[in-house]
Amino acid sequence: MSGALSIHGLHAARGGRPVLRGVELDVAPGEVCALMGVSGAGKSTVLRAVAALEPFTAGSIVAGGFELRPGPLPRESRLRGLRSKVGMVFQAHSLFEHLTALQNVTLAPVHALGWTRPKADEAAMELLAALGVAARAGAYPRQLSGGEAQRVAIARALAPGPMVLLMDEPTSALDPARRGALGETLRALARQGRALLVATHDIDFAHDFADRVAVLSEGALVEAGPARQVLEHPTHPGTRELLRHTDGDDRAVDRGSLR
Amino acid sequence: MNLVLIGAPTRRLGALVAATLLFAACGQGAADDAARPPLRWGGDAEGGAPFVEADPADPARVRGFDVEIAEMIGRGLGREPRFVQVGWASIPQSVDRGDVEAGMSGIEDGPGLRARFAVSLPYFEFQEVLAVRPADRGRFRTLADLAGRRVGTLGATMAYDILLGEQKRSGLVPVSYDDDIHPYQDLVAGRVDAVLLDNVIADRSLRRTGGFVIQPAPVATGHYVALFSRANAALRDSANQVLRERMRDGSLEQTFRRWEVWSDAQAAYFQRVLAQSPRADPGAASSDRLLRAYLPALARAAGVTLVLSLLAMALAVAVGAAVAAGRVYGPPLVRGALTVYVEVVRGTPVLLQLFVIYYGLAGVVRLPAFAAAVIGLGLNYAAYESEIYRAALMAIPRPQLEAARTLGLSEGQVLRLVRGPQALRLALAPMTNDFVALLKDSSLVSVITVVELTKQTAIWATNVGSWVVPGIVCALFYLVLSLPLSRFAHRLERRWSHA
Repeated sequence: MSGALSIHGLHAARGGRPVLRGVELDVAPGEVCALMGVSGAGKSTVLRAVAALEPFTAGSIVAGGFELRPGPLPRESRLRGLRSKVGMVFQAHSLFEHLTALQNVTLAPVHALGWTRPKADEAAMELLAALGVAARAGAYPRQLSGGEAQRVAIARALAPGPMVLLMDEPTSALDPARRGALGETLRALARQGRALLVATHDIDFAHDFADRVAVLSEGALVEAGPARQVLEHPTHPGTRELLRHTDGDDRAVDRGSLR
Repeated sequence: MNLVLIGAPTRRLGALVAATLLFAACGQGAADDAARPPLRWGGDAEGGAPFVEADPADPARVRGFDVEIAEMIGRGLGREPRFVQVGWASIPQSVDRGDVEAGMSGIEDGPGLRARFAVSLPYFEFQEVLAVRPADRGRFRTLADLAGRRVGTLGATMAYDILLGEQKRSGLVPVSYDDDIHPYQDLVAGRVDAVLLDNVIADRSLRRTGGFVIQPAPVATGHYVALFSRANAALRDSANQVLRERMRDGSLEQTFRRWEVWSDAQAAYFQRVLAQSPRADPGAASSDRLLRAYLPALARAAGVTLVLSLLAMALAVAVGAAVAAGRVYGPPLVRGALTVYVEVVRGTPVLLQLFVIYYGLAGVVRLPAFAAAVIGLGLNYAAYESEIYRAALMAIPRPQLEAARTLGLSEGQVLRLVRGPQALRLALAPMTNDFVALLKDSSLVSVITVVELTKQTAIWATNVGSWVVPGIVCALFYLVLSLPLSRFAHRLERRWSHA
């Protein structure tokens, strides 16, 4: 299977210690894939390798038609082809605090893609409107609520028009109602033909809004398949551990009813 | 008028401690010797021979003609003289405060001094003489020959006033020093074309270092006096009686001969003094007149302070930003070298750095004083600025920088559009702080002959013998310079506070 995002035999190490061991993963256009696992399982490392923020030691990544190879990170000037095809939404504190919401969204189109200011503004306002935060366009990040800030961050990542959208723990700062709204947003983004890879340990969220779930355990992909099947009938001990772990008392944020 | 004024604050502190100890000692001795307390007199042993110097045989003791005259006065009054070390420029203030009863150390008579103090009979007549390089012996005979030339002297002296007067007349450029050794060194090195100072100091420098000649025709005549507070005029009158007596009986002559400063002219001066009846103080200069006379000079000096500080800060910001960028983005070798620079500059006194740049490098590159001041202060503050910028750059959250990269911005764009602007906001308050500190630290450059606000105030204060009015006026000037900047920075910060 070859999708918008193809990861083959991905190995990565941090400080000489292996953190990813041969991860295989494909995400097709129009698909929301939840990348799951307990903390330290390697979810963030996969996302950061795809976004070319961290090097990997072996395997290959093809994202939006751009191929990344093992070894040291290429210079930023050689990553142009990747940057416009792969967007990333960070966990928190990633909005540029000296710029308004609108300016956050238009920064890349104007300076990296060379759009004119009116064209960038118009496209940005459309995105902000689609995400329901058009009214906050003139606000600075500190004036935004957690949910608003996240939607602005999504609009910013979408502005250059990526085919692949990576999201790191998008529900970690949201209350249940907002989680639902976010899930609907992600489904809508996928319907428009994008491939979404969402790192999360929020079982309910993955269950309700992901097409597929891929479970990482100690750096290896241990189980993958349709979301309901994997989460309701786990076969691998790593997945059971994830479910038990997340369902326990130590993850109050993520607790909820598992249907 | 013979002094090395480097590190004056420390010495002033030393003098204060000495005076305090002395007070304590006086308190103890008061019971058994209440009738005849010691005569506390202040002088500056750093001035050296023949005025006051530490005795090479016993550095705890001082010797010199001023020391012998103090002993004569003490003996004549039946009081044991006790020496208190006071920085030369602070002697009038020490007398005023009562730390010492008398001040002597080649102190020049003058109307400014007489306005504030009871001044003794002038006991020595000196000539202001011109020292030039041997090659210039023929062409620089008088001050009039030195139009447009740089002429060095000690600040806050009669010689300096003469040069200022000549500056208005002929465009001669007075260069003020804080000590009497560097003017002659700079003369030999070609930094100044002549030095105007007392013949006593000129002769001493000629013997010590040489390399120049003294023009035979004196420029002016002045006198050394002992200083008493006005409230203590009675003590001054008794001292005058002693001085007159010692002039008559030849013991003053013997003292001056011993220190090799006796001359026929001195003998003639003594005759003239003894022929007169004791005279009253000549008309004193009013402090109003002095205020009007000094305000333009002070305003000019404030201009020097402002321009110097602005240029030094511009240099500090530019170099500091480069150093910070090098330390954040550079390869390990560059980072190491810049760390060494920052630590060395921060870990050594700026005064020392100024000396090294101006005097130490004179053999390699002969920088004009103002340029040396800008470079010295600028490079010093650059080290502090770089730390502020580095900390500000490091304070920008990493997710922001990574988000900027994933959006396709180049490394340069991330710095210019995301990291830099936010770091600047963080750096603004400490930068404002530093600029105000720099404005005040710029007073240090007087050690390399730049006359700025504090130096000009010190000159004024020395001439009027009081720091009250000059101190207040000087403080107002500094506030006028620094407050608008603080307000501007505050407004900028408020404008940025939402972001």
